[in-house]
Amino acid sequence: MAYTYSKIATYTVGSGGILSMAFLSIPQTYTDLVLKISAKSDRPNEYQSLVIRPNNDTANGTTRTLEGNGSAASSDTTASILIQNLQGNVATQANVFGSADVYIPNYTSANYKSFSIDKVGENNATTAYADLTASLWSSTAAITSLTIITGNLSYPIMQYSSFHLYGIKAEV
Amino acid sequence: MAKTYTPIATTTLTSAAASVTFSSISGAYTDLALVITPTIPTGAYDLLMRVGNSTVDSGTNYSVTRLSGTGSAANSTRSTSASGMFCTYYGYPTSTNPSITTINLMNYASTTTYKTMLIRSNNASAGTEAIVGLWRSTAAINIITISLDASTNFSSGSTFTLYGILKA
Repeated sequence: MAYTYSKIATYTVGSGGILSMAFLSIPQTYTDLVLKISAKSDRPNEYQSLVIRPNNDTANGTTRTLEGNGSAASSDTTASILIQNLQGNVATQANVFGSADVYIPNYTSANYKSFSIDKVGENNATTAYADLTASLWSSTAAITSLTIITGNLSYPIMQYSSFHLYGIKAEV
Repeated sequence: MAKTYTPIATTTLTSAAASVTFSSISGAYTDLALVITPTIPTGAYDLLMRVGNSTVDSGTNYSVTRLSGTGSAANSTRSTSASGMFCTYYGYPTSTNPSITTINLMNYASTTTYKTMLIRSNNASAGTEAIVGLWRSTAAINIITISLDASTNFSSGSTFTLYGILKA
C-alpha cells in the first residue's frame, strides 16, 4: 500500500550548530511538499529569521507575513522566502524552540510556487511571536532542493534543531 | 498499517471551469483537508465554499472570522449569515500567481454538531490570513463545492485535492 504522506528526509543539528542545511535531490514523484521545523537561533536575547531558498536561488522570493507578539498584530513584506521571528538564544529559555510548518503545493509544476507557512514560538516570557506567512518563488522551475539558511550568518541554527521533509501524493 | 492522510479525490482543471465539486464523500474519515491552488483569468475574486448533505447548502448558514495581513497592516473582519463560506480575503487567486488555500474540516461527518473549519489562504502579492468558518448545520458533510464569488471561471491548471484524515 502506497503511503500518501511520506517522509523524504530528516536532519537534526549537531553540536556547534549550522549556518545552513539543504535537502538535495528531492524526488519529483510527489504532489506537494511539507517541511516541519523545530529550531532556534544562537542570536543572544533576540529573535532571528530563517531563509528558504528553493534550488538555492538567492532571488525571486517574496513574502507577506502577519504576526502577533502578544500585545499587537502587524504585517510586513520582505523580498525573500522567510520564516520570521525564530526563537533566539535566551539563557532562561534553554529548552524553548520555535516550530514552523511549511506547505509547498505543486512543487514540480511549471507555474510559480506558492508557500504557506505557519510559525509559532511560545516562551512564557514578555514577548513571543506567532507568524502566518504567504510566500512566492517566482520561478517556473521544479523545486529539486530546499536550502534553509540562518537569516544572519553571525548566528547559527542551534544544536537539536530539526528539519523534516515530507512528500504528499495526491494520486487517488 | 492504516493510511491516515488519504487522497479522496483530486482535480486538475484541463479547461476553465466555474466550480469544482467533490460529491459522495465517504463518512469514514475523522477530518477532511482540502488543498486548493487556483488561478483565474483576470481580476481578483474570493474563493467561496459551500457544503452540504447530498446537495450543497446555499442558505445563509455560513459565517467566518478572519485575521489578515496585507504586508503593511493587520486586521480582522467577519462575515455572518452568508450564503457561502468565504475562504479568502487577501489570499485570493489572481491571474498571475497561484495562491494556496488549505481548509481543514473537523468532524465533518458528525450529525450532532455544527461544522467548524480552519482555513489558511495565501497570496504573496496581496496578503495572508487565517480564517475560522462555521456551517450551521448538524448534517454530515458529503458534498463540497468550490467556486468564486463572481461569475468567473477558474483557469486551466488550477488544482483541487481532498484528503481524508483518520485519527487511528
